[in-house]
Amino acid sequence: MSLAKRDWQSITLSAVLLAVAACLPLTGDAYMLSIGITIAMYAVLATSWALFSGPTHFISLATAAFFGLGTYTTAIGIENGLNYWVTLPIAAILGAVLAALVGLATLRLSGVYFVIFTLGLAELVRQVVTWGQNVSGQKGLYVLTDITEVHIYLQLLVLGGIVYLTGWAIGRSRLGFALRIIGDDEEVARHSGINTSRAKILLFMVSGATAAVVGSMLAPRYIYIEPALAFTPMLSFLVVIMALLGGTGRLWGPLVGVIPFTLLWEAISASFPNQTTLLLGLSFLVIVYLLPRGFVGLIESGKRKMREREAFA
Amino acid sequence: MDILITGLLLGGTYALIAMGLNLQYGVARIMNLANGEFLVAGGFAAFWFYTAGQVSPLLTIFIVAPLAFGLNWLIYVVMLRPLVKRAKSHGQLEVDAILTTFGLAFVSVGIMLALFGGDYFSYSYLARPITLIGDTYALNRVTAAVAAVIICGGLWLWLNHTRAGMSIRAIAVDPKSARLVGIDVPKLSALAFALGGAVTAMGGALISTFLTLDASTGVMFTLKALVIVIMGGVGDVRGTIVAALLLGILETFVATLIDPGLTLAAAYLLFVLILLFRPQGLFGRRTT
Amino acid sequence: MTTGPTVLSLRGATKRFGGLVAVNDMDFDVTEHEVLGLIGPNGSGKSTTLNLISGALKPTEGTISLRGTPISHLSAADIARRGIARTFQLVRLLPSMTVLENVRAGAVFGHRRRWGAEADAHALRMLALVGLDRRANAHVGELTYIDTKRVELARVLASEPKVLLLDEWLAGLNPTELEEGITLIKRLRDEGRTIILVEHVMDAIRSLCDRCVVMSTGLKIAEGTPEEVLSDPEVIRAYLGDYDA
Repeated sequence: MSLAKRDWQSITLSAVLLAVAACLPLTGDAYMLSIGITIAMYAVLATSWALFSGPTHFISLATAAFFGLGTYTTAIGIENGLNYWVTLPIAAILGAVLAALVGLATLRLSGVYFVIFTLGLAELVRQVVTWGQNVSGQKGLYVLTDITEVHIYLQLLVLGGIVYLTGWAIGRSRLGFALRIIGDDEEVARHSGINTSRAKILLFMVSGATAAVVGSMLAPRYIYIEPALAFTPMLSFLVVIMALLGGTGRLWGPLVGVIPFTLLWEAISASFPNQTTLLLGLSFLVIVYLLPRGFVGLIESGKRKMREREAFA
Repeated sequence: MDILITGLLLGGTYALIAMGLNLQYGVARIMNLANGEFLVAGGFAAFWFYTAGQVSPLLTIFIVAPLAFGLNWLIYVVMLRPLVKRAKSHGQLEVDAILTTFGLAFVSVGIMLALFGGDYFSYSYLARPITLIGDTYALNRVTAAVAAVIICGGLWLWLNHTRAGMSIRAIAVDPKSARLVGIDVPKLSALAFALGGAVTAMGGALISTFLTLDASTGVMFTLKALVIVIMGGVGDVRGTIVAALLLGILETFVATLIDPGLTLAAAYLLFVLILLFRPQGLFGRRTT
Repeated sequence: MTTGPTVLSLRGATKRFGGLVAVNDMDFDVTEHEVLGLIGPNGSGKSTTLNLISGALKPTEGTISLRGTPISHLSAADIARRGIARTFQLVRLLPSMTVLENVRAGAVFGHRRRWGAEADAHALRMLALVGLDRRANAHVGELTYIDTKRVELARVLASEPKVLLLDEWLAGLNPTELEEGITLIKRLRDEGRTIILVEHVMDAIRSLCDRCVVMSTGLKIAEGTPEEVLSDPEVIRAYLGDYDA
């Protein structure tokens, strides 16, 4: 595989940006660091969400289920004497397995079934975990580690780097090309010899495994974990909004949505905590009616207009 | 035995709610994820009229139905029809409709939270025991189920014996051919969507007589209605009723014998089985 | 005349939709390097037969075999991979992609799978074959109707199929385009490709097909050279009032 000049440029640019982001803890500002973790978390989640949902147009509302699965894997693992670092790959595997099961049941069928299924998945897992805890007489779990906020932040950045590289590699692979074809016309994809269910399930597994690892990494931050916290459905909705707001047509698209929306969300939650649901609803409507291709679409049509104007000048 | 009957009573009300969603999805082809919010709004109205003016929920449904009808009609014409027009493919409309109705769901939850707060609300209406075939049941559950059966029956008669009803069924089967025989598809799609919303809101008013609701429970009902519609088959009245009764019985069974916190898990179990073995619905034929 | 080995054979292939029998007990063989015309009035089951062969639909009964191996239980993707490629009655292109990328889809995932520069080079060769190599980087939205059909044909050819299924590929073309289209398919035929052609254009059938299978209401009513079947009284009866042959 040979890399074009443009590829090197974008890799270098990404590496520089990542390095700059890694300097944030040096400011020593606890609030900045906390916001940084939230942004990094959503950036990883939204980017990996878009890896699957961008090309296929299948909207997954299951992020919270994978996230919670990861959080619980780490919490239960540590309680049973496992090393924190060992729980991360276990969470990734469990996330991929859950994604494969959901995919096998729903991805052969039309997109509506998938949305409905994923919409209730987090709630389903939450009910089962709560029930399991009731049966065993346990309420929540403590995650006591020596991992600090700075560690969590840096881990998320590394994971973000891995997700970017994975996304970039998939984009250049047969699998990525297959998914673009599926997104354009699934019938053509099938008749061209693409095993469409397998391609979709594979990508959904990547996305699910990533969300599970993010959940694992965040577990030490929460210290005390209970089902309502780990499986909060809000997480799934926010990830969808951020990714679509940024635009899923480009790998960097979701990031463009994550940063402003996280800041807006934090501000609204702080000053009008009762209006967050309303904001969530309005954001969905804004995306459909005003920004159907996200900020990426806006930027690209702006560029095209600039070019046309130059051509006339 | 009493599990079975309690389940059937619950299923009767579910049938009404799912029937509303099925009209919207089967005819107007919009998967309305805000359906549950209309149910909760109907329940709120029943609560408010009952506590403020002692109006019986059975009368409130006559106020709720036209209001929900009008609001849903507006939503369809103002917000959804432009999406139908701009969609280049069925898949794109599906995604747009899901995002829009999801947005609407959150907006309505937000508005209800602002108006009524986040508290649970319940009121005591016909909370008397009644004896049926040797066992006792709550009168409000029985009344709600009977009312649901009457409304379902009326709807069925309307769909099968009036010109508009038959046209709506024709659209559910094949919108293209319906257009060819002179059926005004856009107008009747709006009508079906509005009617679906009204039916669901009536179901909400009835269900509030025996279940405790709060502003954010809508999505749970949406999910259950979706599972019923898919299980029963899109556009299939008979299938919807059978599926609703099945779900009602299974939920009551799980809640009584295992844990009341597992009702959604029970619905999902049914859902997975249907997806794996009969994705075309209980009575559906496999088509192309 | 048809001396080559059998490539594709249908035995008792039947498709029912509820009570309607769309394809009823179809039997026919296609030999190597042969161009077989599948003709008949509208609604006679030609396209359904094509859908059964390409795996878009599963036969209710009967078997379809490719070089002696049954394929009727396989998915459309597997059938494509084994070497049966099709065009669609209403052209289907990949709207977000360029002409070259569309053709590359066939080269990358079809019967013979290529990747990277090899796939691009092959896709370009196929575009040259259909006369579109100069528009390789155009967006498919900018193409004329016949050019979209050319892109679809190139995509199908790029997979190097053993059997090519063309579903009314000449429909909707104006007289000049039709002439170009027939010339193009003639060239494929001269290259020795095995083709099944569902077609309504009688001139094309006469000049392109080695043999024809005529269908009416799901049944095979005649089989033979174009001259033979088009003078068959039963075929004429089937078409009368429905199509002016």
